[in-house]
Amino acid sequence: MANGALLEARDVTIRFGGLTAVSDFNLAIQPHELVGLIGPNGAGKTTIFNMLTGVYKPTEGEIRIGGVATREMKPYQITSLGVARTFQNIRLFKELTVLENVKIGGHIHYKYSGTSAVLHTNRFRAAEDRAETEAYALLELFGLDTRAHNLAKNLPYGDQRRLEIARALAARPKLLLLDEPAAGLNTGETLLLMDKIHEIRDRFDLAILLIEHNMELVMGICERIIVINFGKTIAEGTPEAVRADKSVIEAYLGEPAEAAGI
Amino acid sequence: MPRTWWLRDLFFLALFIAVLIGAWWAIEYAATIWPVMRYYNRILVIMGINITLAVSLNIINGHAGQFSLGHAGFMAVGAYSAAFLTVYYFGPYVEKMPEGSTQQVVWQNVLLVVAVLAGALTSAIAGYIVGLPSLRLRGDYLAIVTLGFGEIIRVMILNIDKIGAARGLTGIPPWNNFFWVFFFCGLTILISHRLVQSSVGRAFLAIREDQIAAESMGVDTTRYKVKAFIIGSCLAGAAGALFAHYSPAYLNPTMFTFIRSFEVVAMVVLGGLGSISGSIVAAIILTFLPEGLRAVKDYMPGGRDPRMVIYSIMLIVLMLTRPQGLFGRKELWEFLPRRKDKIPKEKRDEGGDQLDRDAGPPVT
Repeated sequence: MANGALLEARDVTIRFGGLTAVSDFNLAIQPHELVGLIGPNGAGKTTIFNMLTGVYKPTEGEIRIGGVATREMKPYQITSLGVARTFQNIRLFKELTVLENVKIGGHIHYKYSGTSAVLHTNRFRAAEDRAETEAYALLELFGLDTRAHNLAKNLPYGDQRRLEIARALAARPKLLLLDEPAAGLNTGETLLLMDKIHEIRDRFDLAILLIEHNMELVMGICERIIVINFGKTIAEGTPEAVRADKSVIEAYLGEPAEAAGI
Repeated sequence: MPRTWWLRDLFFLALFIAVLIGAWWAIEYAATIWPVMRYYNRILVIMGINITLAVSLNIINGHAGQFSLGHAGFMAVGAYSAAFLTVYYFGPYVEKMPEGSTQQVVWQNVLLVVAVLAGALTSAIAGYIVGLPSLRLRGDYLAIVTLGFGEIIRVMILNIDKIGAARGLTGIPPWNNFFWVFFFCGLTILISHRLVQSSVGRAFLAIREDQIAAESMGVDTTRYKVKAFIIGSCLAGAAGALFAHYSPAYLNPTMFTFIRSFEVVAMVVLGGLGSISGSIVAAIILTFLPEGLRAVKDYMPGGRDPRMVIYSIMLIVLMLTRPQGLFGRKELWEFLPRRKDKIPKEKRDEGGDQLDRDAGPPVT
């Protein structure tokens, strides 16, 4: 299983002081896979994302992305390995335009020196033309191109969520981490988002790891689901298998009364 | 696709130089008729230096969002290092030439530019040394650390006898003039404007908006913060070097206390953090306001001078009514009605595409 995996996490543990937020977490994601990560509030899902993207450094264990150990890497270095993410509590560049947000998303692909920028060299022009075209293409995909020059903070909530995904895609990742993309969306918007997630996976040939509370969405699109509770993996498998798993039901609904001895 | 793009830039550069020389000669000529023009000329030059300082600080405080209070320190580094060169090396060299000869005038100007560039470079190095450790901090902490560094630089100068220590540095050749001040001022504005519209500037803005998001988009935040700091202090160093060589061409460490830093910060905040045109307008206002208020003294009983009181009250009123500064984060021209070319190429009317500048020759 480990061979050719895009992302591999082995026995990852993180402790904050005395609290073990995640313990012995294992994960392998193959290219083009769509994996869901679910669990009750406070289970450690976002902490796992933060470790995968280098925001937190795991206390123990090893994370490899495309075979490269990321332990000593900063978040921006991990981005250039082909990992992009969105945030649970939308973190757009609020005072910048929609277009600028997406262009910053592709920052690693449009680099040139400050001197080039000041002298407007051919290198600068080529990179900026490319940034503009690619950003518009992504905005069009998410139906945001007409709002390209609006400030990100002025977008409606649903559009802000979509813009976050567009911005992450601008980095041309091989693995996309979506942290609750459907939070706050209504049913209609969630259905559209499900289609969109499928569409971008096929179009950009991505592997996607998804955190979500909306079971309809997770069960509907994920090929494999990992359930964690109190920092531990309690179940892993296809949506059907996970849905029937006893420990999952317990984690979400509590133990049956007779088992708890009441 | 790449055409002779630099021709346009070169044309504007030539035009800019021509306008500057024209304005300079006009002022010099007017001064022969009305001697008071000498006074206005001086204020204009100080204004040009202030604009350079404000625009350069705006890169650090406004664009990259790293609140620095040490700008006077970098100005001092530029001023003293450039003056050191001219006092000990360039000045004596030029003095050997025949007085008033063309050769001497040319060398004066060339060596002035060399000194200014050297001052800018030294200041950039100082910016790197100060920025690297202190930019780990944010907000108030960074402000305090940069304030401290600014003072350290000043105290160091105060203790170097070779550059005059507390006596001040005298004998600096007064080679600077209206032209060079506004030439470098224009250059600073150009650099700042073009940076903010590039991927480098976008990285600065992203750091200001949300550092964690910026980092996860692949922006090396430390590197770009230091970069902004180096560019800002480099340009401040150039401003300092220009200031040093403008008559009366005298430097004293008391000119570079933290009060000077605050003046520049006031310009940037007043104009609107992140707005280049805001910094320019605020620098103009805050240079002329104290001068214009000198007249108020004549109407006061007992000849008291209330100008700093009025100046302060005006600042307070402005900050109360427009806390985001004069222009906020926008540029002056963004207040004008939006032009059609803001609409993306694909969405534009079909007719317009044939006039596209970048379109190549028809393929045969």
